[in-house]
Amino acid sequence: MELFSLFVTSFIVNNIIFMQFLGVCPFLGVSKKIDTSVGMGIAVIFVITLAAVITYIIQKTVLENFGLEYLQTIAFILVIAALVQFVEMFLKKSSPGLYQALGVFLPLITTNCAVLGVVILNITKEYNFVEAMVNSVGTSAGFLLAIVLFAGVREKIDTADVPEALKGSSIALVAAGLMSIAFLGFSGLKI
Amino acid sequence: MVIIKAVGVLGGLGILAGALLAVASKIFHVEVDQKVIEVRNILPGANCGACGFPGCDGLANAIAEGKAPANACPVANKEKHEQIAAIMGTTAGETDKKVAHVICQGCDSVAKKKFEYEGVKDCKAAAAIQGGDKSCDKGCLGYGNCKVVCDFDAIEIVDGLAIIDKEKCTSCGKCLEECPKAVITWVPYKNNVIVACNNKDFGKAVKDVCTVGCIGCKICEKNCEFDAIHVKDNLAKVDYDKCTHCMVCVQKCPTKSIRGDLTVIESN
Repeated sequence: MELFSLFVTSFIVNNIIFMQFLGVCPFLGVSKKIDTSVGMGIAVIFVITLAAVITYIIQKTVLENFGLEYLQTIAFILVIAALVQFVEMFLKKSSPGLYQALGVFLPLITTNCAVLGVVILNITKEYNFVEAMVNSVGTSAGFLLAIVLFAGVREKIDTADVPEALKGSSIALVAAGLMSIAFLGFSGLKI
Repeated sequence: MVIIKAVGVLGGLGILAGALLAVASKIFHVEVDQKVIEVRNILPGANCGACGFPGCDGLANAIAEGKAPANACPVANKEKHEQIAAIMGTTAGETDKKVAHVICQGCDSVAKKKFEYEGVKDCKAAAAIQGGDKSCDKGCLGYGNCKVVCDFDAIEIVDGLAIIDKEKCTSCGKCLEECPKAVITWVPYKNNVIVACNNKDFGKAVKDVCTVGCIGCKICEKNCEFDAIHVKDNLAKVDYDKCTHCMVCVQKCPTKSIRGDLTVIESN
């Protein structure tokens, strides 16, 4: 039950984009079409979950052993960047289909702040391994939810009569702000 | 001591990650055909998708694998096609260039209207309301979605009707995809005789909504000496392979729904 509560909290209540404002760059960049936003969302789930596993191991086995917790950020960036590169190569060779679907998105999220944010939060909140996994999956699923919803809104905006000064990114940012306010409605939700 | 430990651990991690990637790049190495890269560099890079492959990379792969001919890119010119053919060791061959054409003549001064539309100036939005303001629900709405998507500035909206400049058209096909009425079709560049109507209703129904629509009377079919025009589903269709541009059908059409260049006859 606690795990479920953790999932819902990270999924909706503390939505990574609308509440924590992490990963806003890909959120605005890759949300023009629903198709590509789904691809991006799934790639984020994939990378964040994998990064959470590796960084958790690095934190527990290396950093804490040597008393080097203060090097967390730079060590995690290093590890995640190498990891994503590795995964990209691995996919290219072993599963071209999956590479076609996710390949273009993988470099985009190599050292994205969303990835780094989640893995660091996992450590600072002192989650155990299972909790860290649930938190990572929940948070990245929240990213998928946010970006797909937003892509839907943007596809509608495309056909709307937007004032000249607000066309393009400006109206997208306004819409993102309004969606963020809507997500405020979830704050304080307790399960 | 602290510094040495920090440098050691971080450096170790870095070297480890670097070594891992170096080994992985050997193990998971995927051969990229040199031809793909060369072909890709010649292609225009517009990623328009007119060739039917996903972007220029997709086409470059297909050409290199021999699944697509060297002249498969409709946007690239003949010179580029020859360069690609040279890489592939084949000849480019002649392409029948095709251009997009709006098969509708229902401009604002001709078309009857069901209602006054005052919404967003967008074909898709207009089409969502009763199929648009023009009485004929097959015709061009003239709010210019095609003009917006055209990267080559080839489309003008004149009197509520889209007109495509065939000299500028690169046959990328974006307008065909965008048009909610599917009133834009491919026509060979060389061809001058075009049935400019998209309405497949019976004659009376067409006449009720438009004065320049094809009513399927078959006068063109009977008068054509070359068996090059046929009425199918109440709509005349030109057989572009057989048409000799004699312009008889253009002259005989009672509703003037066949568009042609009448100066051709005068010059003969």
